[in-house]
Amino acid sequence: MSAEGLERAARVVLPAAIAVVALTAWDLVVRLNQIPPYILPGPMLVAETFWSDWGTLWPAWVVTLRFTLMALAVAVIGGVGLALLFAQSKWIEFSFFPYAVILQVTPLIAIAPLILIYVENTHVALLICAWIVAFFPILSNTTLGLNSADHNLVNLFQLYGASRWQVLRYLRIPSAMPYFLGGLRIAGGLSLIGSVVAEFVAGTAGEGSGLAYRILEAGYRLKVPRLFAALAMISATGILIFISFSALSHLVLRRWHESAVKREN
Amino acid sequence: MVRLRGVAKRFGNGVLALQGLDLDIAEHEFLSLLGPSGCGKSTALRLVAGLGGISGGTIEWGAAHGARDIGFVFQEPTLMPWATVFDNVYLPLRLQGIGRRDAAGDVAATLAMVGLGGFEKAFPRELSGGMKMRVSIARALVTKPRLLLMDEPFAALDEITRIKLNNDLLELWRKQSWTVVFVTHSVYESAYLSSRIVVMAPRPGRVVAEHHVDVPYPRDEEYRTSTVYNEQCRVVSRSLAVAMQEQPA
Ligand SMILES: Nc1ncnc2c1ncn2[C@@H]1O[C@H](COP(=O)(O)OP(=O)(O)OP(=O)(O)O)[C@@H](O)[C@H]1O
Ligand SMILES: [Mg+2]
Repeated sequence: MSAEGLERAARVVLPAAIAVVALTAWDLVVRLNQIPPYILPGPMLVAETFWSDWGTLWPAWVVTLRFTLMALAVAVIGGVGLALLFAQSKWIEFSFFPYAVILQVTPLIAIAPLILIYVENTHVALLICAWIVAFFPILSNTTLGLNSADHNLVNLFQLYGASRWQVLRYLRIPSAMPYFLGGLRIAGGLSLIGSVVAEFVAGTAGEGSGLAYRILEAGYRLKVPRLFAALAMISATGILIFISFSALSHLVLRRWHESAVKREN
Repeated sequence: MVRLRGVAKRFGNGVLALQGLDLDIAEHEFLSLLGPSGCGKSTALRLVAGLGGISGGTIEWGAAHGARDIGFVFQEPTLMPWATVFDNVYLPLRLQGIGRRDAAGDVAATLAMVGLGGFEKAFPRELSGGMKMRVSIARALVTKPRLLLMDEPFAALDEITRIKLNNDLLELWRKQSWTVVFVTHSVYESAYLSSRIVVMAPRPGRVVAEHHVDVPYPRDEEYRTSTVYNEQCRVVSRSLAVAMQEQPA
């Protein structure tokens, strides 16, 4: 096997081996100490719970995923929109950027109850919560990207009498692309966290409840295996989001950006 | 073609880069700006291109000029990494509102002219340093400018590539009827290419000497090894040495 092939295989095999070891250890700890399932269920029991509780878990997952994606979409629109606005004038950026920072550094868990009080529709309130956490990396990365166009290229555009719109369209937006995609990857994870945290705070029951509510509920009823199953689903969703956006980023940048091109030396 | 009189440039940080710069750029000449590092050659070239305001003096154009009339080649290739060779060269025409279809012929012809026919679809990262520089030159030429401003375009290249591009540039300049202003700190390069050499001194930048290189074109490798060329280099070297010892004005 070539050195490169070996490395590629190792990337998959090594983490998988760690997982097997960890799961086995978990299983042994539970078995040997005879820990009851309402304190710590073994991995097999958690796996079984996926199967038995699928009817509850699946709809909850769909709700959480939908919230996450909606929050992310709003974050992208809001973040990119604000970044484009900031790019129009330094003065606008100076005026508003500090407030974006304030919004970002204030812990969501502290503002969420207020939002739930003032916004009547719980769904909208949850969306606002998730948006607050997710939009900042997009805003700050895109702003940075729009401002980091090559100085000489800016001069070149100026020399040819390019309009503001042309500079934005042909120079600033392409320059910002890698930064934006980096922000998107972070924001994807954050919007999941945002929607889970918001649901925890809101604690909405009934039809439209997501995985967070199922976790709370399982905790109250000491259905710890279900709690673990829901937790695993949230993690898996986060990983899925991260992988999807990494792939998207790679696809968009593969022709030209250092982060994605494969160099043949 | 362009007349600079008493031009001064002071940067925001207080650096006085140019003062009392007098320079005439004549139609169809190949003019080299020669001087030690930091003497304001790039600054002068950018002012001619209209990039950045002047702090004093005047810059007059003989005839009205538009955005298409100036071609600028930077010291680095300065290509857009996300765009293909075609799109990089097409840029000046695109900014003029010319459609892709209508521009295709001119872009292809210009690329062929710099010896890059067939590389339209390549991305800058797939090209060698010399090829990137050619793309940059093609981009400057695609609008068929009357005045070509070049800022040490070949400084980062190896000797062999530089000599080749020198010859290509001379040939293009002779065929088309351009005016070229070429910034360099190489005595040898300027003596090979130019019809006129202007020597600048630093702190603040100004013109201290001028040479007419009265050697007919075409110039080729034979000229490069001739005693005439050696003599030109010697004279220019001497005035550059004087310029470097020049006390601040
Ligand atoms: N944007 C800027 N802001 C402040 N000072 C500058 C700026 N650009 C150039 N200078 C200063 O102006 C002087 C002339 O710079 P310039 O780049 O024109 O020199 P140059 O002759 O082209 O040098 P080189 O051969 O090294 O390229 C230098 O002292 C430099 O520090
Ligand atoms: Mg320079």
